[in-house]
Amino acid sequence: MSSQVIASTKNRARVLTEAEISEIEHEKTLYPDNQAVGLEALKIVQNHQGWVSDESLLAIAEYLDLSVADLEGVATFFNLIYRQPVGKHVILYCDSVSCWICRGDDVRNYLSDKLNIDYGQTTEDNEFTLIPVPCLGDCNNAPVMMVGQDLHRNLTKAGIDEIIGQYRNKSA
Amino acid sequence: MSRPPLEIGAYEANDGYQSLHTIAAGMSAADVLETIKSSGLKGRGGAGFPTGLKWSFVPQGESSPQQKYLVVNADEMEPGTFKDRLLMEGDPHLLLEGMIISAYTIGASKAYIFLRGEYHGSVKTLTKAIAEAYDKGYLGNNILGTGFHLDIILHTSAGRYICGEETALLNALEGKRANPRAKPPFPQVSGLWGKPTIVNNVETLCNLPGIITYGIDWYQGLGVGADAGTKMFGVSGRVKNPGVWEMPLGVTIRELLEDKAGGLQDGLGLKAFLPGGGSTDFMLPEHLDLALDYDEISQKGGSRLATGTMIVLDDQTCPVGMIGNLMKFFAHESCGFCTPCRDGLPWVDTIFRDFEAGRGSEKDLNILKEQVDYMGPGRTFCALAPGATAPLGSGLRYFEDDFKEHIKQKRCTFKD
Repeated sequence: MSSQVIASTKNRARVLTEAEISEIEHEKTLYPDNQAVGLEALKIVQNHQGWVSDESLLAIAEYLDLSVADLEGVATFFNLIYRQPVGKHVILYCDSVSCWICRGDDVRNYLSDKLNIDYGQTTEDNEFTLIPVPCLGDCNNAPVMMVGQDLHRNLTKAGIDEIIGQYRNKSA
Repeated sequence: MSRPPLEIGAYEANDGYQSLHTIAAGMSAADVLETIKSSGLKGRGGAGFPTGLKWSFVPQGESSPQQKYLVVNADEMEPGTFKDRLLMEGDPHLLLEGMIISAYTIGASKAYIFLRGEYHGSVKTLTKAIAEAYDKGYLGNNILGTGFHLDIILHTSAGRYICGEETALLNALEGKRANPRAKPPFPQVSGLWGKPTIVNNVETLCNLPGIITYGIDWYQGLGVGADAGTKMFGVSGRVKNPGVWEMPLGVTIRELLEDKAGGLQDGLGLKAFLPGGGSTDFMLPEHLDLALDYDEISQKGGSRLATGTMIVLDDQTCPVGMIGNLMKFFAHESCGFCTPCRDGLPWVDTIFRDFEAGRGSEKDLNILKEQVDYMGPGRTFCALAPGATAPLGSGLRYFEDDFKEHIKQKRCTFKD
């Protein structure tokens, strides 16, 4: 079944890079079946490409002999798998309760205005994507957000200016 | 973290991995099981289920499946909960030592740490600690000459709160959509890839080394009330010194809130608090002298100790808005599998948005009360929606005046 589906879309699958394949092969040694590796492969490809395009998803399904529909079901279930392009820096902004109590919404609105994007959007220069995230587990430093892999704590409006400036400078 | 974690030599010099030497000197798996059962340790992930009893459900003996698994629930996502990250980034070897004890007892040769995808710091500390433990022979083949072998695999999650539910977590680990599974069969009998599986919380496992190394009497002596041991307790919200502390089970809520967290920030008063994360019932200032132990919080406080991380609502913050924030979270995180949760939570969320916009009505209040019932324990497939009804139901009871003011004044009364 899955091979038929893949055959009809095979020409759309992109070629996985050597680095991607080598990491996927490593994951195969850690899990007893390919279904489990599928989710890992989505993360690996995203790590290399920034997001999971249709072409990437098809390539993974083909490489691991998984159903495209199943893999798509998995890819769209998990919030840290991006099925749309994202900017260079993904901002995960905590919108949970402790940050809310500590006036995280005010800072978020400021950030949103500063970047001129709402949740789910990417800045025109392709630098930042803003996404809400559940509690980041750093509630004693609320409000918090994560940019890429960096946690930023005790956010204030002035702090936002500084943080965004740092990432813009890195890119410049 | 105020300091990096101990490297393995320093950890060992402070009695680290001592429990494994104790076991290697002649404790059978059955002996360890009996010790943990007698210690009175209850699971620290939220439900408070006795750890030894949970382990005892794993089938043992020749006729049982030879492959068994230990899975660590390190998917800390309960709103307002920030204790497991501290343990993993501050003391990763303590978790590994606990895992080895647990795996030895249930006979698991493979263990997965299911870690929140956003916990990049924990990835670093755990990866380093796992490598150190392999080097020293605490992991791998024939650990300390016991004939027991264990491999630990660090798995980072791709997100979603529902993965904290243990059967949903197992589906996620198998690479499936993280919908919870029907129970029975329980994971202890048929879990990961259909094999007997124990899912333990990070903090629970961190309790094990001390129990084995120093004994049951020492462990039970740590608690000052009915429950044994210590617990990680946290306070967040607008208090002077928010944080997380390891304290004996049974200290009063007042001690945590006032002595440790320094009380409310200047100019603010205490309106209420959630004692153990977003899925617990509100408690009031009149409850401050209750003890932080499992029974007292549920029997006298009408709530649950759960994760032990308290979220403080001050008197200048809107309770309706706070509950609305929680309902938005739960609505977003519903896995969509069962109807009361999938349809009930977004309905509740919409009503709270109406209240925020000054469009709330008496009729809405009745719908909210009905939803507390429709999504309550026993009505849904898993504990997500019942968890949401905890702050919702208690909030409707305790803050009825605030809801009514929103209706009367057609606006959020906490905004100018």
